[in-house]
Amino acid sequence: MRWRRLKAIAVKEVLQTWRDPRSLMIALLLPFTQMFLFGYGVNLDLQHLPICTFDREGSQLSQDLLKHFQASLYFAIVHNVKAYPEIVAAIDRADCRVGIVIPPDFSERLNDSGTASVQAILDGTDDNTANIAFGYAASVVSGFSNDVQLSWLDRQGRTLQQVQPMTVQSRVWFNEDLVSRNFIIPGLVAVIMALVGAQLTSLTVAREWERGTMELLVSTPVQSSEVMFGKLIPYLMLGWLDAAFCLVIAVLWFEVPFRGTLLTLFLTTTLFLAVVLSIGYLLSVVIRSQVGASQIALVVTLLPTTLLSGYVFPIDQMPSFIQDVTYVIYSRYYVTIIKAIFLKGAGISELLMPILFLVVYAVAVVALAARAFRKRLD
Amino acid sequence: MFARIRPIVIKEFLELKRDKGARFLLVVPPIIQMLLFGYAASYEVYHVSTSVLDLDHSQESRELISRFTSSSRFDVVKVAQSQYEIDETIDTSAAAVALVVHAGFAELLRKGQAAPLQVIVDGTNSNTALIALGYVNTIAAGFAQDYLTDLTRRVQGAQGMRQVQVTLEQRPWFNPDLNGRWFFVPGVMGTLTLVMIVNLTAFAVVREREVGTLEQIMVSPIRPAEFILGKTVPFFLIGLGEVALVVAVGLLWFRVPFVGNPFVLLLGTALFLLSTLALGLLISTVCSTQQQAFATNFFVLNPFFILSGFSFPIASMPQVLQWFTYLNPLRYYLIVIRGTFLKGVGVNVLWPEFLAMAIIAAVLLTLSILRFRKSLE
Repeated sequence: MRWRRLKAIAVKEVLQTWRDPRSLMIALLLPFTQMFLFGYGVNLDLQHLPICTFDREGSQLSQDLLKHFQASLYFAIVHNVKAYPEIVAAIDRADCRVGIVIPPDFSERLNDSGTASVQAILDGTDDNTANIAFGYAASVVSGFSNDVQLSWLDRQGRTLQQVQPMTVQSRVWFNEDLVSRNFIIPGLVAVIMALVGAQLTSLTVAREWERGTMELLVSTPVQSSEVMFGKLIPYLMLGWLDAAFCLVIAVLWFEVPFRGTLLTLFLTTTLFLAVVLSIGYLLSVVIRSQVGASQIALVVTLLPTTLLSGYVFPIDQMPSFIQDVTYVIYSRYYVTIIKAIFLKGAGISELLMPILFLVVYAVAVVALAARAFRKRLD
Repeated sequence: MFARIRPIVIKEFLELKRDKGARFLLVVPPIIQMLLFGYAASYEVYHVSTSVLDLDHSQESRELISRFTSSSRFDVVKVAQSQYEIDETIDTSAAAVALVVHAGFAELLRKGQAAPLQVIVDGTNSNTALIALGYVNTIAAGFAQDYLTDLTRRVQGAQGMRQVQVTLEQRPWFNPDLNGRWFFVPGVMGTLTLVMIVNLTAFAVVREREVGTLEQIMVSPIRPAEFILGKTVPFFLIGLGEVALVVAVGLLWFRVPFVGNPFVLLLGTALFLLSTLALGLLISTVCSTQQQAFATNFFVLNPFFILSGFSFPIASMPQVLQWFTYLNPLRYYLIVIRGTFLKGVGVNVLWPEFLAMAIIAAVLLTLSILRFRKSLE
């Protein structure tokens, strides 16, 4: 491999990209559009969930309970209905996600036996929202329960002992406020890298084939490894630039905590870029058509990176055969790494295993791509 | 007019018939994506990997821990001997939740002072963490309640101690087990249809432009509106076939119940297909190469996907983005498809969605016909 020839190819590639503003725009705009779209659009934290209430008793106590719901940040009471069919209609129209129904004998039961129950009708079509909303509603009700208990004890002149025999002291690590953005944005960096990397490179060799310039390249003394690295290096730099954009937006705009070191991030990102760039290159060598290569590149990078990498959907909750499949998804390792760098502040020593997997992957794909190209020239 | 549209329709079908690759792309990728999405996309938390540390070694602490071990929601992966080991399980992600019972737990409990159960949660995935915390709280509350009842019974309520307990009963409608697949699979159907149809339509027109056959069609007596219509009809039919395919996978493979009226779904699907076709046509009028169409599609479809309520609740988005979702046909179609599948609602509930999709389709179709005329000049 000669440095001079390598540089010539790289310069040509840079010029070509520079003069094709459309693909350059894609590469440079993608981090911004994706980051802002996902950063704002993807939010799994529930707040002000629309609920409707049906107070069949209308007593002091039942109104008191509803006040607890009103005071909660998680719920917004949008309807106070007077009849059951109204709840049905509201949930059918998806106007509200939860209906709280207080039975007509609520305070009577509470006074007589000390126990009473309230119904939460959940719109189960969105199971995740239903689950989380029920958890919040249950804690609102238990808060109410405690308040009633306290006021009764107060009247009896007793102390607070034995009200709560046990408490749960929870401490959340790494994402202390449980903000979904904090884990989605680091994962998004992986998605953007995969997209930019594989998309741009998948076009590069295919374009030469389509335009017939490949014949020209072959007739020059340039070697196939020089073509490959010469073509990949400009895109690697573009990838770095995009990664830097992502990091800046994530940390400065969305205030995602960054606890690791830049060096770890740089090294692992470079590794990941090596993998996706080589995959794009490999595809464009094999497929030879720009549209075909970029379409397949989209399928092999975007789909597995969004679905099977653990970027939003937790891998350990998937059926076991899907979990087995995720081991061959390279982005799985990078998503693990990047989340650990951002939130846990992990260094290279903690991330040895996933890094090793990425290294193996990178070496294999680079070797494959180099081989495929050599064969193609024959 | 019909005489001029018919040849275009026949031409499109002939093209498809002679293109083996295109037919393959119509059938296989949707099925694979349905399966992949159906299995992988879920926020459900079935089992929480848990590590436990009991520093109290009392009857009470063992009882509490055993409630977690016997729960199907918690998988105890490690019984730690020290705080260091506990911290390590969270650091290495071996466990998502760690439970620590400190020495003196039983003593505090017997004294009637709030005895703490310490819980450490890996918050990296905030959604999973939140659900896991909910499970922990439920089990802990059950334990506390039972302990209290037991205690009051033992002291025979000497001082007339009354226990107040208000419980919340869960009544999930439409999806009694809160099965995540029932939520995602219908959503995937809508999303896949959107992507397939917009891609197909955009590429079909751009290809003609790129190959140069569009010029030939234009010198024929066909009018732009007729050409657009001729292009739309085949893809509309193909779209119906696609929807039938993904619905079949959802019903037969994932066993998602269909409680609604198939005709309501059909009507909604027809309106949705019209708006996606129009979107594809519109994209094709601004692109001159397939490459550009491909990039444009990606930029257009991605926001549609995110801002549809497919997996990210619209109610949690900032107000401005919520306004944008009203322009998105997928938003309405997802309501229709989930409404007919799970809720069994009819036109009386879904008419605003139908109306919105019809308006979007009309506006986009008009725009694409106008733009198409322009791009010819």
